[in-house]
Amino acid sequence: MRGAPRLLPRHRAPRWAELAVAWALILAAAAAAGFIAVYALDADTQWLGLLLGGAFALLAAGSIVTAKALVPQEKKEQERESLDHDAEDLDVTVYVQEAGEGITRSRLLKGAAGAAGLTVLGALLVPLASCGPLLDVEQLRRMAWRRGRRLVDENGRPLIADEIAIGSMTPAFAEGVDRERLDASLIVVRLRPDELRLPPQRADWAPRGILAYSKICTHAGCAVSMLRYPLFAPKAPSPALVCPCHYSTFDPARAGKVIFGPAGRPLPQLPLSIGENGELFAAGRMSGPVGPSWWGVERG
Amino acid sequence: MIYRLVRYLDTRTGQSPLLKKLMRYVFPDHWSFMLGEIALYCFVVLVATGIYLTFFFEPSTHRVVYQGEYSPLRGQTMSEAYRSVLDLSFRTKAGLLMRQTHHWAADVFLVAITLHVLRVFFTGAFRRPRELTYFAGVLMLALALFEGFAGYSLGDDLLSGMGLAIAYSVVMSIPFVGANLALLIWHGPFPGTDQFFSRLYIAHVLLVPVAIGVLLTFHLVSIAFTHHSQFRGSREREDNVVGVPAWPGYTFRTLGLAFATAGVLFLLGGLVQINPVWQWGPFEPSQSTNGAQPDWYLGWLIGALRLMPNWEPHIGSYTLIPNAFWGGAVFPLIVFTFLFFWPAIERRITGDDGIHHLLDRPRDAPWRTAVGVGFFTWVGMIFFAGSSDRVFVEMNISYESQIHVYQVLVFVIPFVAAFIAKRWCEGLLRRELHPLRTPGGGPVRRSASGGFERLRR
Repeated sequence: MRGAPRLLPRHRAPRWAELAVAWALILAAAAAAGFIAVYALDADTQWLGLLLGGAFALLAAGSIVTAKALVPQEKKEQERESLDHDAEDLDVTVYVQEAGEGITRSRLLKGAAGAAGLTVLGALLVPLASCGPLLDVEQLRRMAWRRGRRLVDENGRPLIADEIAIGSMTPAFAEGVDRERLDASLIVVRLRPDELRLPPQRADWAPRGILAYSKICTHAGCAVSMLRYPLFAPKAPSPALVCPCHYSTFDPARAGKVIFGPAGRPLPQLPLSIGENGELFAAGRMSGPVGPSWWGVERG
Repeated sequence: MIYRLVRYLDTRTGQSPLLKKLMRYVFPDHWSFMLGEIALYCFVVLVATGIYLTFFFEPSTHRVVYQGEYSPLRGQTMSEAYRSVLDLSFRTKAGLLMRQTHHWAADVFLVAITLHVLRVFFTGAFRRPRELTYFAGVLMLALALFEGFAGYSLGDDLLSGMGLAIAYSVVMSIPFVGANLALLIWHGPFPGTDQFFSRLYIAHVLLVPVAIGVLLTFHLVSIAFTHHSQFRGSREREDNVVGVPAWPGYTFRTLGLAFATAGVLFLLGGLVQINPVWQWGPFEPSQSTNGAQPDWYLGWLIGALRLMPNWEPHIGSYTLIPNAFWGGAVFPLIVFTFLFFWPAIERRITGDDGIHHLLDRPRDAPWRTAVGVGFFTWVGMIFFAGSSDRVFVEMNISYESQIHVYQVLVFVIPFVAAFIAKRWCEGLLRRELHPLRTPGGGPVRRSASGGFERLRR
């Protein structure tokens, strides 16, 4: 088409490479057609992945052989242009300077522009405060529990003291409270009364050795869902409630004290009482705020 | 026909010189330069499969009763989000393929970015004139981490919810403003409301991907401005760039890499199960599961949260800074501060503000390599500490003892590793010294080309 000298080095593609690329493309088309067929029939995930992935793999093979054998092989050397420019090319600064030369009260204008800019930006950002309750940290301290509220299990049936075995762990909820609320869920464990090491002011919080703690870890808000209860006391460590996220470990016998892991404050404890028919009730409020900690939270 | 197409474009845009320049743009060749490209093609696969998933996903926490294909969960109350993930996995044809490919692509995306950042660090590619490219890259790493976490959280399965509970706790732990910030983001106390979920969704499918897309464009354009860096070679110098031109050589190479990336991701998505959400069940704040591990790229954060001793500054009986702040916020802040400020720190220490188009081999800058090895060993050890619970399950080594050992080792091993790296680099450099300058000397012979070669006795 043009009589000018060649731009690319002369290159003869080897026959095997041409055939290989042709085969790769034909097989890629076949795999893609297979994908369509499988999709139309039963759309089995393994076959779909195998055929679509295979089609792309074959396209990859075709492209790589094309790059390495079909087209001219060249390594080009090119001068790097200098990145910085001489002073007269940096006219940008001059444009900026000369545009402002006629202004005398530039400090006033700069100040006003700064004030306007910041205020308008602030005005645009302030509506973000509608995203949620503002300056209302108090609702983090809300309590599902008050004296006389009944403990129920996952199915809404009241928890019966006699049905809770020593060394067992039972999840419980506040009756009539949304279970999604962090403060609604408890973990109820029963220890032998002689194992208890509660502080004197909590001496009557665990009737018959039944203890109730918030189920939400004070470290990162996961549900404390494991109980370690040693069966052979001399060898095994003390009973412990463990959170499976970062393995904060709390001692149920000692008012939820942290005995291992990153949690910084004990699990809040709920005082219990046993009703006439053996049902479990809250005997008061939780010992501290439920859930992960924040700046200014009571350590309990 | 091609001639007529080019004429057509040129007479309407006048840009055929630009086109010619682009076709002859030179790409230096080294295997490690492909890591960034793999990340780029993962991003393409992520956008494509992600768009497909939005056709079927419902970002709503509205409670529904499951009546779908997966019988173990039938009759369970769950969020519409979780139900739609189950349905697109079991009911939508090719839905599971796309979901698993999306998940795999996210994991590979972060592998590629991480290795790319390490390559750039250890070869000094962040130096002048490429600082801006580097900053955009580090920012994309941070965004990609957040993006992956957001996507993982959208499924509203049990593991998603546990992850979000931890994120909520970390936000809560920020000094002074944390509690208010968390309430603002979650629209109330955890687990928040429907509004939170739609925020998470729009962040995952629009805000963060667009931000990554903009930074990606800047990243590529700024590379084109400076041309790619290259290793020193027989022809490669500071003032030139040697490599394969975009057309015809590099186009087919990079097309091959793009197809290979897509191929591997679809094969993984079809053949290797990832995140079988139906096994975890719907999220309830009162439930959790043991042995849970996040996607690999959050391992360093879970490791930090687990390793941190239970230290909380407090006044009397009031907590000031909750513990989750150290592992969840301070630790990643240290890592990203290091990455962002390293170019400036290195410039300050070496006093070298020159233009560098030639890359260092890690041995060429023993001091930088030592610092990098030490720092990334520190992060890596914390990452491995995050798997202590799995080690306990698999090998029955006491979890508590592992944590106590790690708490010491994460501050010892990095220094050892840095020392070894420095010595190793210096040793490698010494071996390349001119034979006459090696300690002890030795017999040498001048070769015909002017070099020296050692004579062995």
